[in-house]
Amino acid sequence: MTNDLRGKTAIVGTGHAGFGEAHGLTAYDVMAQSALAALGDAGLKLSDVDGLFCTMMEDSMPALMAAEYLGIQPRFIDGTMLGGSSFVNYLTSASMALEAGLCDVALIVYGSNQRTASGKLVTASRPPAYEAPYNPRYPISAYAMAAARHMHEYGTTREQLADVAVSARAWAQHNPEAFERGPLTREDVLGARMVGDPLTVRDCCLVTDGGGAIVMVRSDRAKDFPKAPVYVLGSAAESSHRQISQMKDFTVTAARESGQRAFEAAGVSRSDIQAVELYDAFTINTILFLEDLGFCAKGEGGAFVEGGRIAPGGVLPVNTNGGGLSCVHPGMYGIFTVIEAARQIRGDAPGMQLKDVDLALAHGNGGVLSSQVTAILGSQNTL
Amino acid sequence: MQNTTGPDHVFQRALANNEILLPKCDDCGAFHFFPRVMCPHCHSSAISWTPASGKGRVHTTTVVRRKPERGGDYNICMVELEEGVRMMSRVEGIAPGDVAIDMDVTAFVGEADGAPVVLFKPVEE
Ligand SMILES: [Zn+2]
Repeated sequence: MTNDLRGKTAIVGTGHAGFGEAHGLTAYDVMAQSALAALGDAGLKLSDVDGLFCTMMEDSMPALMAAEYLGIQPRFIDGTMLGGSSFVNYLTSASMALEAGLCDVALIVYGSNQRTASGKLVTASRPPAYEAPYNPRYPISAYAMAAARHMHEYGTTREQLADVAVSARAWAQHNPEAFERGPLTREDVLGARMVGDPLTVRDCCLVTDGGGAIVMVRSDRAKDFPKAPVYVLGSAAESSHRQISQMKDFTVTAARESGQRAFEAAGVSRSDIQAVELYDAFTINTILFLEDLGFCAKGEGGAFVEGGRIAPGGVLPVNTNGGGLSCVHPGMYGIFTVIEAARQIRGDAPGMQLKDVDLALAHGNGGVLSSQVTAILGSQNTL
Repeated sequence: MQNTTGPDHVFQRALANNEILLPKCDDCGAFHFFPRVMCPHCHSSAISWTPASGKGRVHTTTVVRRKPERGGDYNICMVELEEGVRMMSRVEGIAPGDVAIDMDVTAFVGEADGAPVVLFKPVEE
């Protein structure tokens, strides 16, 4: 069953800034450069923006900080912080706000300088009280335990996990915007420094700077902009926990529910999707989300990704920009799943452009497999 | 620590007395962890404290790799207690990489950074 928001709003601008290393820039500088890039792409100005959708890693009131920095006075703000999935979630709240007339131009924006600022994850969030005494390393210890359980239950192998990283790199090698473009083999991943068993440093996302931004409007005016509009056909969220110790089944995420409802809202099926952009913070993520979103059965994700099946020329294009593993990962990657999905549909992907993409999926993950948000985007042909 | 009935205080005071107490719902009978003022299963506020049996099984595990000069590798795991709740912890007494999924373990009150915490050791064969 499709819902009332299907196709009612569209992405008319995308932008990014500071990929890799943004020396001398603050997180808010990178955020602002991203906002300007997306507005330029849409042929709009900051003064046109009356809806702001933003969170950052460093403050408790980042959306207010961002509005102040940008010199705008939005009449609608959503600063909901779900971790990296927040920016996919903003597609839903921006669509609602636009459709209800609470704003006319929605700006979704994020920026980070975590690589040049510290070289590691910058976060304002505190370790949970009943986990902190054991000194887990966040977020990798959580994802490592999910990977270990998946291997135990389904026989998933380290080689299959490695193939996720190898496929991401193969896409990145076509993308001049990607941070890591050197050759990467399965043996390189397996032989890399172990960080949290069974994950090596090459099973982990990059630590980069970077920001991204998206401009959305109601569909009735979406054709008035320079770039082809990309419509939000369906978006849905589900959250299952905050702390990894509260995750009920370490091999099943709430992407099952978010995906199911996003597909129902969009009225399309898995086999219609031509590009899949997943939040790959760790190699296990890609396997879990392909299963939970229904591209393969539970437990078959390892075999599904094996030997280049999600690489260029494979059976399903996954993370066509190189993903968080090889393209960019500035603390939270979620917004880039949407940007890459939109650019594949518009036909101006920075790396390998797939042919005639009408439907793409973007999936955001937040916390420690905690918040799952799925969006399905489509071209004019899909309305 | 103040002599309050706040769930965290009760749990921590018991640990300081070398005892592991678990919150149990008087209405639905289910245990929960971490301690709360209400049952996350049925949302009742009628919670009592029950001594843990101490029997557990490793649900999943990882090794945090750390340089030897900073203390070396250590274990992080999720233990499922006989009571049906899971907690993050560490299995001690064996190499961190030898902690295995489905291994039977026994709880004890140990210490981390000077504070009492629940730790586990392998069940003696
Ligand atoms: Zn209850």
